[in-house]
Amino acid sequence: MAGDLKKVAYYPGCALEGTGHSYNRSTKEVGKALGLELVELKNWNCCGAMEVKNVDPQVQTYLSARNLTIAQDMGFDTVMAPCNGCYHNLKKAEYDLAHNPHAAEVTERISKKAGHKAYEPGGVETIHALDWIKHGVGEAELRQRAKGKLAGLKVANYYGCMYTRPRHIFPEKDQGTGSESTSKPHFMDDILAAAGAENVEFPLKTACCGGAHSLSDSDISTKLVLNILTTAEACGAEVIATECPTCHSGLEMHQVRAEKVLGRKTSVKILYFTQLLGMALGLSAKKVGVQENLSDPSEFLRRKGLG
Amino acid sequence: MPIHEKSLIRPENLITNDSLVIDGVDVSGHWSTFIKSRTITDYNEAMEDEIAALPGGENIHRCWQCGSCTNACTVNAVNPDFNPRYWIYLIRQGLEEELLRDKDIIWQCVSCNKCTYACPRDVLPEGVMKATAHWLELKGHTPKSPSTHFDEGFTESILATGKIEEGRVLRTFFQRTGQPLNQPWLVALVGGLVKRFPLGYLIRMGWSTVFRPRTSNWRRTGRAIEEYVSERRAEQAKALGLDTKGGH
Ligand code: SF4
Ligand code: SF4
Repeated sequence: MAGDLKKVAYYPGCALEGTGHSYNRSTKEVGKALGLELVELKNWNCCGAMEVKNVDPQVQTYLSARNLTIAQDMGFDTVMAPCNGCYHNLKKAEYDLAHNPHAAEVTERISKKAGHKAYEPGGVETIHALDWIKHGVGEAELRQRAKGKLAGLKVANYYGCMYTRPRHIFPEKDQGTGSESTSKPHFMDDILAAAGAENVEFPLKTACCGGAHSLSDSDISTKLVLNILTTAEACGAEVIATECPTCHSGLEMHQVRAEKVLGRKTSVKILYFTQLLGMALGLSAKKVGVQENLSDPSEFLRRKGLG
Repeated sequence: MPIHEKSLIRPENLITNDSLVIDGVDVSGHWSTFIKSRTITDYNEAMEDEIAALPGGENIHRCWQCGSCTNACTVNAVNPDFNPRYWIYLIRQGLEEELLRDKDIIWQCVSCNKCTYACPRDVLPEGVMKATAHWLELKGHTPKSPSTHFDEGFTESILATGKIEEGRVLRTFFQRTGQPLNQPWLVALVGGLVKRFPLGYLIRMGWSTVFRPRTSNWRRTGRAIEEYVSERRAEQAKALGLDTKGGH
């Protein structure tokens, strides 16, 4: 992990300004509570999401690289992206620019025409919000600060696709003890366990929610999400903790759709891990944006004495 | 020999004789299942190269047909007809007609990259699926899929403003695919939200239609990207032997 994580560049991305607003809010609040400073990238642009690459992958690389240039110009060597899609794309740009001469050439060319310096790989390290908290604060301090506030809360940790796949763009993962695993990720488990939560054994941690076709092929997405929800319930979870706005809103949306279209009702709650952690640190449900989620878990949270 | 992946054989090509004796051995019913032999005359020899010329298809030649991609595939678990390994085989053999039988489901790949994770040959099957779906559209075998509409709406928004405004992308998407916005489940979803926070939510909705989030001084950048994209489109059309006059 690069330098000091107490102050890093922050790339929220488009989703966190829209449907994922509560993730944005809770991430910032948790940072504040833990003494981690975030400096938002100036005049950032969309990373290309999942869609641009299907039109042209090199354009996605350029779009992501432009944000890395901004981070570098602002004097940072680390940029934190809480959205799996953004995190994945910045990582992929880093990889492609180092390994694919054609990608480097296109980025060079578009950057020049757009009037800014082209990003050179190796300049900035992209980290996820999970890395940021796990390495910037650590479990010992979290344990001390949260005082077991999440005790008795049964959580299934859901990481989705983009946090671990494809493996080659995450060279720091699968490096033995202490590093993140691509087959069985555990950073979110570790963080929530430190806050007192009881993590259930959940086999679908990196299953796909169908987010890419959440709307264009909603029937498949509903089936995939329903599988995740019912499996979490079968594993004894009361809450699914998420770390990606696309997964999160996909789960929330298709939980409703499964009930309305397939008549399959599930009651497991869906919350961002930053919302759970924030409440464990004593922040109110409102402060971590629970009211901005699509589903309404307030009754459940009251029962658990949270928020 | 047992017939593996029986689902790949058309039912009309499976022959079973209710009563059959061959050389004095009774092979009636189940024991006499045969696959009708067939002769293929038209191979599309250009198909593999054409798909390899599209983004994502570059590594298709590396496939050694191990089947790990299909085994790991998210969509295959929901629909057994969704079979990346098989389609790669058909493309490499030039069996266009066979591939076209599945043309309406290839776009359904959810880009989960489970296949990429499992593939021992760095084929990037996810990319091959995208390239194949793209090829089918460019060749006129399929209309633009809902997913392509979504990708294009999204990309247009970025080229125009540097950012995504979800509300606008959604409206464009529903419009282009002709889906009503008043589907019961969408109404239930939005209804629940509005009930809880009528004011804040409506303000936010209204706000984003007036003030689109945008990256400032984006015009020059947007234009540079557009230029590159149209150049690439022309190159691809040429690789596929398409008339470029009507191109982007
Ligand atoms: S996993 Fe890779 S090598 Fe194996 S069949 Fe699929 S694409 Fe081919
Ligand atoms: S990326 Fe597509 S082809 Fe690959 S496993 Fe996922 S759904 Fe299947």
